[in-house]
Amino acid sequence: MSTGYDRARHLLCRTGFGPTHAEIVRASKLAPRDVVSHLLKHARTSATLAPPSWSSEVPLLLARRAKIKMASGKKEKQRLRKQSNAIAATRGLELKGWWYAEMTRTDSPLTELMTLFWHNHFTSSLKAVKSPVLLYRQNVTLRAHALGNFRTLLRAVVRDPAMIVYLDNRTNRKRKPNENFARELLELFTLGEGHYTEKDIKEAARAFTGWHIDRKTGGFRVNARQHDAGQKTFMGKTGALDGDDVVDTILANPRASEYVTERLWRAFVSPTPDAKAVTRLAKVLRDADYELAPLMAALLTSPEMLDPAQAGSLIKSPVQLIVGTLKLFQIVPESSKVLTAAGRRLGQDLFDPPNVKGWPGGEAWITTDTLLARQHLLSRFFRQPENAPQLAERGWPAMLGDGFKGNPVAALQRLMLPIEPVFGEPGGGGPFASARHFALDPAYQLF
Amino acid sequence: MFNRRDFLKVGGAGALVALAPISTSLAAPSARRVAVLVELKGGNDGLNTVVPFSDPAYAKLRPRLALSRDEVLKLDERVGLHPSLSPLMDSWSARELAVVQGVGYDDPNRSHFRSIEIWETATDSDKYADEGWLARALDAHSKGLATPGVSLGDDDVGPLRGDPRALTLRDPQRFLNATKRLMRPTDARSTNSSLTHVLATQRALLDASNSIEQTLDKIPKLEVAFPKTNIGRQLETAARLISGGVPLMAVKVTHGGFDTHANQLGRHAALLGQLADALAAFRLAMIDASRWPDTLVMTYSEFGRRAAQNGSMGTDHGTAAPHLLMGGRVRGGLHGKAPSLTDLAGGDLKHHVDFRDVYANVTRSFWGISKDGLGKRARLDLVKV
Repeated sequence: MSTGYDRARHLLCRTGFGPTHAEIVRASKLAPRDVVSHLLKHARTSATLAPPSWSSEVPLLLARRAKIKMASGKKEKQRLRKQSNAIAATRGLELKGWWYAEMTRTDSPLTELMTLFWHNHFTSSLKAVKSPVLLYRQNVTLRAHALGNFRTLLRAVVRDPAMIVYLDNRTNRKRKPNENFARELLELFTLGEGHYTEKDIKEAARAFTGWHIDRKTGGFRVNARQHDAGQKTFMGKTGALDGDDVVDTILANPRASEYVTERLWRAFVSPTPDAKAVTRLAKVLRDADYELAPLMAALLTSPEMLDPAQAGSLIKSPVQLIVGTLKLFQIVPESSKVLTAAGRRLGQDLFDPPNVKGWPGGEAWITTDTLLARQHLLSRFFRQPENAPQLAERGWPAMLGDGFKGNPVAALQRLMLPIEPVFGEPGGGGPFASARHFALDPAYQLF
Repeated sequence: MFNRRDFLKVGGAGALVALAPISTSLAAPSARRVAVLVELKGGNDGLNTVVPFSDPAYAKLRPRLALSRDEVLKLDERVGLHPSLSPLMDSWSARELAVVQGVGYDDPNRSHFRSIEIWETATDSDKYADEGWLARALDAHSKGLATPGVSLGDDDVGPLRGDPRALTLRDPQRFLNATKRLMRPTDARSTNSSLTHVLATQRALLDASNSIEQTLDKIPKLEVAFPKTNIGRQLETAARLISGGVPLMAVKVTHGGFDTHANQLGRHAALLGQLADALAAFRLAMIDASRWPDTLVMTYSEFGRRAAQNGSMGTDHGTAAPHLLMGGRVRGGLHGKAPSLTDLAGGDLKHHVDFRDVYANVTRSFWGISKDGLGKRARLDLVKV
């Protein structure tokens, strides 16, 4: 059975940014199963854009420290510190702009949505890590495993230098363990509160002692002198456990598969996970030895996902709102700074989640303050027809294709909104005015 | 193109079901008590704000930054205010200025963004919360208000984070212009909870706009001249909102630039001078408007700075610091005790007052809120009930 226009639109909105009319029509003719397997089969594992020019340099924070230490005189030290802070700030902005550009242009939007999902799951921030290079590398890692294997991803994350800096594992030493990383690993990354003991945290912290970063390269390095090789007991398993043993012990607990499935449900299906469905889907993840693609295929084709009532049940994140609008209307922003500033204003500063818990999301995206900022941004995008030159020059065919027959306003509404508009149809006006009308309707905030 | 009118469309997956509208009296002038929170962004140097001039260890720790006995504005025989704070001495003499010494928290964090988050969410230093402490404390006590509070100098609502009604309001007129373009959805609920939330928020935004619009026009021009600084303009807006009777419980203002790692003396003096000038004007404006007894000003900052100066004529991130409370109901004078300069924790001052005890004093005594989410706290006596 073919998916049909509305369900195809729903699926593509949940797995990408601002799908076009042509993309939806194409998907509408396939079965949902085939739409999803096509998406998964063609999912990229690396970005389409070239990395930022500085991405292969030694992380600033390490080079800086060495250089500043060597410098003679307070004035010189101060100058160097200022200089490297300024470089980090510029590069941080470039990194944010780079990701916005990748999300807007990629032919594999699901990869970017998943990378964003993991960025909000395995959080690290520029503000805390102070190294755009390490954050870029983390982004590459998250993308590489975004739809891969959760065990492999987790093993990469516990070795990720940005994460090691972010959660203080650099100071997790044999004689003085730092429990920060171990705590978040259990509480936020894999099991959730109530599924481990304080003793488990202490033992896990010991297993990760000495998992530091190499000062010269900024890569991962086990510092054997600082690693506690002694016997530990973690969640019932005893031995000279190291970080990988901890990861494997966690994943042997079915709760880990349920926890990750719940999080994915909230991001892709609805604000309230269905307990029975989560149990069913978590088993898919475990049976595939934590391969994510089978889980995502099952999740995206589940009856709950394809239920027509699910259309518009989620609130767009600022990034989804911004990138989706840019892509659908081929709006060219004046500069990437406009986007990073807008994301921050709307409450989602890429690479700078508020804390280790990430952005709370869902209803928390919309406050009186951010709703006004969203409306303000959308009216800026639609201030003048020149902002969307395609739409301005080609009119309806730019949105609906050359062969379109029928009521174009109704078709535009079906393309832009997941549910009926709250404020009705536009009162006349051409394609641009109609697009503007629907973009400013509260229903446009949903997907 | 759009005018503000009620509009309802029924149908589709997001079917709307009309409910009886909830009436709120937003226009009524309010005698609500208002707290004005002043964020000293960057980490204010406490030791050069409330100066322990009589302690020989002070000059030893800061050979080039110490302020002398002759310069400071003596509060007693041991400590004095930075000379730039002289505009605050009227409120000190009127016993309306409380100086709380040695405020901090256990296991201090020295990262700007993490530590300010701890102050704004009022958690232990190893706990995280999505909601700000004011959002939690005011939740049950700000029902019927279009907005419990506004942030005037920053796009971040800080301690009000998590309350969907909290607003940033750099410029009230621009805010009003922006909201004028929005249409008002009806008081309706949908089976779609996300849509219900968006629509409720849009109504709340228009309520807030109405509430500000109805009072802002009527506000007589303030007689007091405010300094033309960033903090001066923010406190002038605060004075207009409060004297105009906009129903609010909290206003957050931001005074930035306190991260004085280098060449601190001149910059710190300028920042404190701007703060004191603006606060003195604010006090006079509130007295003029007869709102001073209902108003409380409180400073906060992510941390104080290290006891010793660094090698760049500045100070690095530290821990405990003094904070100021001002208002018609404030119990003026010195509170708490000055942290020892010889018994340091790794070069940092040890706190004697948990910042949450100060907050709890404000919520419980100033607002009379008992369930403020701050837990069991030591009782301070900074506010007259």
